[in-house]
Amino acid sequence: MTADQWIALVAGIVGGALRVGAPFLFVSLGECLTEKSGRINLGLEGVLVLSAMAAFGGSWLTGSAWLGVLIGGAAGALLALLHGLLCSLDRVNDVATGIALMLFGTGLAFYLGKPLIQPQAPQLPAIPLGDWSDNPVIRSALQVNSLVPVGIALAVFLWWGFARTRAGLLVRMAGDSANATRALGYSVAGLRIAATTAGGFIAGLGGASLTLFYPGSWNEGISSGQGLIAVALVIFARWSPLRCIGAALLFGGAGAIGPALQSIGVGWGYHLFNTVPYVLTLVILVLTCKPGSVAVGSPGELSSTR
Amino acid sequence: MRHALKEIALPVFAIAAALLLFGIFVWFAGVSPLEVWVILFKGAFGDWFSWQNTLQRAAPLMLTALCVAIPARAGLVIIGGEGALVLGGLAAAALPYALPLPANLVGTLALCVAGAVAGAAWIALAGWLRQYRGINETISSLLLAYIAIGLFKHLVEGVLRDPASLNKPATRSIADGLGIGGIGGSDVHWGLVIGIVACLVSGLWLRATASGFSVRVVGGNPRTAQLVGLPASGLILAACGIGGACAGVAGAVEVAAVHTNANASLIAGYGYAGILVSFIARHNPVAVIPVAILFGGFGAAGSLLQRRLGLPDASVLVLQGMAFVLILASEGLRMIDWKTLLKNRMPRAVQPRMTKEAT
Repeated sequence: MTADQWIALVAGIVGGALRVGAPFLFVSLGECLTEKSGRINLGLEGVLVLSAMAAFGGSWLTGSAWLGVLIGGAAGALLALLHGLLCSLDRVNDVATGIALMLFGTGLAFYLGKPLIQPQAPQLPAIPLGDWSDNPVIRSALQVNSLVPVGIALAVFLWWGFARTRAGLLVRMAGDSANATRALGYSVAGLRIAATTAGGFIAGLGGASLTLFYPGSWNEGISSGQGLIAVALVIFARWSPLRCIGAALLFGGAGAIGPALQSIGVGWGYHLFNTVPYVLTLVILVLTCKPGSVAVGSPGELSSTR
Repeated sequence: MRHALKEIALPVFAIAAALLLFGIFVWFAGVSPLEVWVILFKGAFGDWFSWQNTLQRAAPLMLTALCVAIPARAGLVIIGGEGALVLGGLAAAALPYALPLPANLVGTLALCVAGAVAGAAWIALAGWLRQYRGINETISSLLLAYIAIGLFKHLVEGVLRDPASLNKPATRSIADGLGIGGIGGSDVHWGLVIGIVACLVSGLWLRATASGFSVRVVGGNPRTAQLVGLPASGLILAACGIGGACAGVAGAVEVAAVHTNANASLIAGYGYAGILVSFIARHNPVAVIPVAILFGGFGAAGSLLQRRLGLPDASVLVLQGMAFVLILASEGLRMIDWKTLLKNRMPRAVQPRMTKEAT
């Protein structure tokens, strides 16, 4: 390979990590908040697709991409609220409810999104991070989604909130010990519903970044399972919002290896590179889990780690 | 008897509520709800043609639902049936590359066995990771499903690709004699029989045999299982293996009866729908049969809704989602004692009476 090809490859992977990683970042933060409260939301896939549609539709109708982002987040919050409410009923399994809401959310999005396949909606502005370089390949690869800084700020805020604020402590307590929460006179169900809804809003921002930045249009194949895999991302990040940033970049970068190689003419192993994040998560689980104990850093009430 | 009535009444009410909700939903789109309900019924169970379509969709659903139901009875929540199905289909399509198979029933059986082995290995791996490495099986099976789909695409577009498949990468078609045909000349293939037999046999196994009972003890109360010395890990691996084998056979049947080769249309979400079918059947293998037929019917009615009323093809997804959500939510109402609830609404003065029974 020539030097130019190497540059194109590296720029493709770094740019791809930032582009593809943005929705990963938001869904992982949303799932992290939900799981910290002791509940798992597999329905984030539905949340992601529904909010992607809502954000695109909102941006198209109002003419403002940022209003679209808000509408997408609100749609995500509503669907997550439904998940939170359903899971608060007795004997309702959160894994099954999540999968049912995944179907319902994608169905609703496809149904309502039919008229949105043709039009073009106003897009989010890009932040040109590559302006220092003269190389056009780098400049075009480093056009960064303006939601990425929002996501990073959100991750820092969540990290600070979990560690320093009363609300963060309450969420963590609901996740670690339902009995302690009840003993202090707080409603476990209420806390979890609030955390799930907020998590849905955050994941909805991820949906918005799908349709309003990259790939930047609404179609029925918009999500490739990012919502479902958020669960793996959070394990990968060991339930820390800060580590979610790294995990999202890694997953995004691994997803970008295939297309980047393809752009310089290497077609082999495209789908294998796409599975790298999943293999990596599994390997990390194998290395960190021990039989008879829970994963390090996981909330104690979480059904998926016991 | 009363218990059984309650078991059936709740899901039936939930489905009725979902249909009502869906009627209101399409009403907003300017379509008459009554017309939608009639067409839904016609498209799913109205005539022989719709029945064929329904049953054809129900067959893989039954098998993927078993992939959730049987491990669930051993206490595991497996959601990676999609991976086992995809690999089962791939193994069935790849077997003729490796072995010269006789183009008759023996060859077809060999395809199914290949699918079963691939699926069983994949889900048993999730069970092994749980028992021996302490990894949660829900997460690992989901990850394994994504890895399986990646492997499938890599092999189908790589070494196993039929050079003649230009636009849609696929493996070479299996020989004519290896395919699974329709029952009595209909479109309903023998996969339906495989599905029903698998449901009945596994239901019988769990209910009437010592090993099946041991699996249920391990799932119901691991402490007790340990106390009486049941080989928990072995039983859990067996349950996972059998469940995975079912999903693998579903893939093999889809290849042998529907697609004739392995291509991307094998990844159709049967694995995920099977999870819900199993949860709605409350992990009872026999109850999986009617639930799978019902949801096969919803799927079959979708295209008719689109053609007759001009509704988007996703409308049936919305209906399915509503039905799943409401049926799962109705689980929460199961424990409510309706009789006392209704009685207590009207407080009445209680007259203490001395009768013989009261003493």
